[in-house]
Amino acid sequence: MTAICSMVELVEKSKLYSHALSKQTLRISVCAGTGCIANGSKLVYEKFLETVKDNKDFVDIHMLTEESVSEGKTVVRTGCRGFCSKGPLVHIDPLNVLYTHVKPEDVQEIYDAALDGKIIERLVYHDPITNEAYPNAEESPFYKNQTSNILLHCGKINPESIKEYIADQGYFAISKVLTEMTPEQVNNIVSASGLRGRGGGGFPTGTKWNFARVQKADKKYIVCNGDEGDPGAFMNRSVLEGDPHRVVEGMMIAGYAIGADEGVFYVRAEYPLAIERLKIAIREAEENGLLGKNILGSGFNFKLSIREGAGAFVCGEETALLASVEGKRGIPRPRPPFPAVSGLYGKPTVINNVETLANLPRIILNGPEWFRSFGTEKSPGTKTFALTGKVRNTGLVEIPMGTTLRQLVFDIGGGIPNGKKFKAVQIGGPSGGCLPDSMLDNPLDYDSLQKAGAMIGSGGIVVMDEDNCIVEVAKFFMTFIQAESCGKCVACREGTKQMLYIMEKIVNDQATLEDLKLLEEIAHVIQDASLCALGKTAANPILSTLRYFRSEYLAHIVDHQCPAGVCNAFKKYQINPDLCKGCGACAKKCPVNAISGTIKSPFTIDSSICIRCGTCKDTCRFGAIEVR
Amino acid sequence: MKGFVTIDNQKVEINGERNLLEMIRKTGIDLPTFCYHSELSIYGACRLCVVETDKGQVISSCSTPPANGMVIKTNTSRLMRIRKMMLELLLANHDRNCTTCPKSGKCKLQELSNRFGIDEIRFPTAERNRPIDKSSISVIRNENKCILCGDCVRTCAEIQGIGAIDFANRGARTRVMSAFDRGLGETECINCGQCVAVCPTGALTTPSQVDLIWDALRDPEMHVVISVAPAVRVAIGEEFDYPPGAIETGKMVAAIRKLGFNEVFDTCYAADVTTWEETAEFVKRLQNKENLPHFTSCCPAWIKACETLYPEKIKNLSTCRSPQAIEGSMLVHHYVEEKKMDREKLFVVSVMPCVAKKFEARRPELSRNGHPDVDAVITTSELAKMIKAAGIVFNELSEESFDIPYGFSTGAAVIYGMTGGVATAVVREVRYLLTGERTSDLETEPVEGFPGLMRSSVTLPDGTIVKLGIVSGMANVQKVINAIDSKELEFDIVEVMACPGGCVGGGGQPIPNESVQRAKRRKGIITDDIRKDLRVAHDNVLVGELYNRWLKTPNSEIAHEYLHTHYQKRPRDYEITKTKN
Repeated sequence: MTAICSMVELVEKSKLYSHALSKQTLRISVCAGTGCIANGSKLVYEKFLETVKDNKDFVDIHMLTEESVSEGKTVVRTGCRGFCSKGPLVHIDPLNVLYTHVKPEDVQEIYDAALDGKIIERLVYHDPITNEAYPNAEESPFYKNQTSNILLHCGKINPESIKEYIADQGYFAISKVLTEMTPEQVNNIVSASGLRGRGGGGFPTGTKWNFARVQKADKKYIVCNGDEGDPGAFMNRSVLEGDPHRVVEGMMIAGYAIGADEGVFYVRAEYPLAIERLKIAIREAEENGLLGKNILGSGFNFKLSIREGAGAFVCGEETALLASVEGKRGIPRPRPPFPAVSGLYGKPTVINNVETLANLPRIILNGPEWFRSFGTEKSPGTKTFALTGKVRNTGLVEIPMGTTLRQLVFDIGGGIPNGKKFKAVQIGGPSGGCLPDSMLDNPLDYDSLQKAGAMIGSGGIVVMDEDNCIVEVAKFFMTFIQAESCGKCVACREGTKQMLYIMEKIVNDQATLEDLKLLEEIAHVIQDASLCALGKTAANPILSTLRYFRSEYLAHIVDHQCPAGVCNAFKKYQINPDLCKGCGACAKKCPVNAISGTIKSPFTIDSSICIRCGTCKDTCRFGAIEVR
Repeated sequence: MKGFVTIDNQKVEINGERNLLEMIRKTGIDLPTFCYHSELSIYGACRLCVVETDKGQVISSCSTPPANGMVIKTNTSRLMRIRKMMLELLLANHDRNCTTCPKSGKCKLQELSNRFGIDEIRFPTAERNRPIDKSSISVIRNENKCILCGDCVRTCAEIQGIGAIDFANRGARTRVMSAFDRGLGETECINCGQCVAVCPTGALTTPSQVDLIWDALRDPEMHVVISVAPAVRVAIGEEFDYPPGAIETGKMVAAIRKLGFNEVFDTCYAADVTTWEETAEFVKRLQNKENLPHFTSCCPAWIKACETLYPEKIKNLSTCRSPQAIEGSMLVHHYVEEKKMDREKLFVVSVMPCVAKKFEARRPELSRNGHPDVDAVITTSELAKMIKAAGIVFNELSEESFDIPYGFSTGAAVIYGMTGGVATAVVREVRYLLTGERTSDLETEPVEGFPGLMRSSVTLPDGTIVKLGIVSGMANVQKVINAIDSKELEFDIVEVMACPGGCVGGGGQPIPNESVQRAKRRKGIITDDIRKDLRVAHDNVLVGELYNRWLKTPNSEIAHEYLHTHYQKRPRDYEITKTKN
């Protein structure tokens, strides 16, 4: 492969590749995002390869060279298409049809139909409420209400092929930057776009860059924070898996703007596929002369490497992340000095989130006004969210900032399944908060969420229905935070431990109102006193639930009830004498001998002994055991 | 940075302070901290030094550099609530058997909980029953009292460059641990005790041999003698409300005699012997140009570090025993002969500013028939505890003198208690021996890029220039050794002390034991030296007597047998295959 040495060569290659792609008469895209792989898309992909292997029309896009541009058919693996709950997904072009829940045994049928230009009705997406079929999934409510900027390529291009990225103006932005702009101009464009950090804090990216750009140093670094640790969040993962070159290009733009000649991807080791695809992307970019020395003949040198995180949530915090990259214990340090002044190995460093970087190429190509045409004035652009929990359409979505929670949960997410009632959304991960139905019309942007006591975080959204106990949910997040505290500062290390302890008392029916008071006191103190953002936001799940669901806490503490019927300690097992046949099977199975009675007459449970294990309920063949 | 910071409505000028905490303390407010030490890196973990800005932000003052126009408050109700809560949280996780804690009365946590009026812990007490690590003869580690401030970890890594301990695990399971969780006695720990000196609680203490001494003192058959190191006299007063550096030799001797010791000796006598021996050894090495640079060997922490980290430098170490070891050897070999006494009826105690001396005293090569020459080693603080236990009112004592002959010394011995002292003593001796001149001061200069290093050079009558290096603080020492290896620095003799400032800052000194105290104690030592009529070791006629009666000449065969020693290579942590379990 010859290196691309100038902008002209890049444009030529792009034309060549896009021409080759346009000549494809059949393109079968199998989603190979993590969600679809978990659902079995690997087998589907292999089955397709096996099915097409004797058909000489099928070519590998990798094989396309200048000489062999011809009509062809191909099977490719793509990154995440977002509609994870319906996976494995297979998309057929140019028919533009999306098949859902594809199994290996459907492959032959899909192949035959595709060759005939036919659509298989039973495999297309059907709206669960109207049962309407959407062969073109883009028209379904899930996709229709989304805006794809960041995820533009995800699920469409082959993430392991630099050619497909280049075909769609790939590396045009860095090429423009290197040939037409000064670092300051790049910085100014990003500042003008109003882009804010997508990692959660929402700090203006241009301002952050500026701090580092004006530093005089022999060496600077740009670091990509891919340590997406929030439970339920997989946006960064999907971007890295689905469109790695976009992030690579983003790193180059940021590096050029701040004066860095080296970038480091910090990606959690739990994302092996993202790391693998990133490695391929970096290698391909190097082979094409897009990374290395004198890129595109501009004199700009840039190299990239990958560091795998070792599984600590706190390493998403930038100073802890830097320590981890340096091979030290991943613990935060006080700021100042800020990384922009003294970061990686003591050099000025900018740390940007994956999604922030993924936004850059299009901001450069389309201009800041284009970017500002999405979202709100203070939070421009679009944002990806990982929509999970009690919602019909779980998956990866991208919406303009300022979209309301209601639109997200009900229009895109399709509402709550099984006829249950919406109760709350947990947004922003462990550092975020729970918002009730009264906040459904709240716009999703940095500032309104913060005002509501939550935060965008990296964009994880967990929808909860009436069967979720809010206290139990808050306890879950507290358990997470407590386990992930780095243990450095007293506030977070000891405070989260005591908060968790009180939360456990509440769900175990052992807490008093005094405990609740103490819980709030610690929560406010650790919010004030913690060393890093993890500690400062550690109390958010508790403070936000106390703000919107205090009555549920009081129900546990004062009324000794769990309204959602989740917390074991409040459950009461009883035998309905009308249904009990007096067989005694439950009494035999009871591990603590809480059940007694005479054969052939109704048995009873002594609730002072009962440990609420549920064995009796599982044992009874007559449905006589009732739980209240 | 120039300008003003408004602290509690008072405008304070920025004058080179590195952080807000320094400024606040300058205004007379003693903002509490556990993890801030001016000589260590900023850690920011204890959250006690928090202040509130005019924007309503709570920031830690230790980690924030002052900036012109800053407006902060140090004692708002919000801050007080934070401080109290931090203390309460720490106490909930702390072994609160304070009355029986060796640190009781000197514990920072105890002091602050008193100051903040913590009269109730609203949290359940954590069950922490970690075994107490008594594997080291110099340092005891009781994790149940550890508040994870990290002072020990940073001291060991940053000041001493050793890193024998570090954090392990995370969150509430965080611990301070040695490599592979081995006992401290089985690690690369050099026993300097600097961690003990900075530990705010009773998590790091030093094993006491005081009970052994009480038993000996109460045994009518036992002849109990004691020898006191030079750095003790300028620090013991601190335990009795005298300022650091106050020379309390007289009261100290009086108190020791009151405790019932049969004879009170001065380790300075042995130090003069050391100077005779080491000078002879050095001059010989210099003439033969062998095993240079010559490294001094008085500091037992340095010796262990050399044996572990620089085994190839063992040949450069002076073979001369340390003053403590010389004192012990002299007593159990020569003194018992002269007194016609059974060795087993003699009990030798030394008082040291050092906890590594406890380790040194247990080196097999410094014993006779398996019986260590020095029976018990106590620190300055432990001596003070004995004096207090006996109810002796130190401040009201009349001054007394050491017993003769082993209580007589020159100024060249007193200065062994501080960095530069041994080198100065040797130079005075060399000059005297070669020129008959009695000079007192060695002019030294710092070396750029090498903190803790001073250098000097002396021209001998034959024109030879002797290059001296004086370095203290093990991290500084390691830098110097690396620079010697790379030929960046060149010395003929290097005096090495593991603790910053030398013995005045030893791990057995009263706390606080920081640069302020060390500087004042150093002043005390210098004053004591100047006060002495005799300031060259060779002028100690009683040492001359010892040679006449016993040792013949310096470096004689008999001197070698009793006053010199040998060293051994020790394994690194990663070379030890033995693991716990």
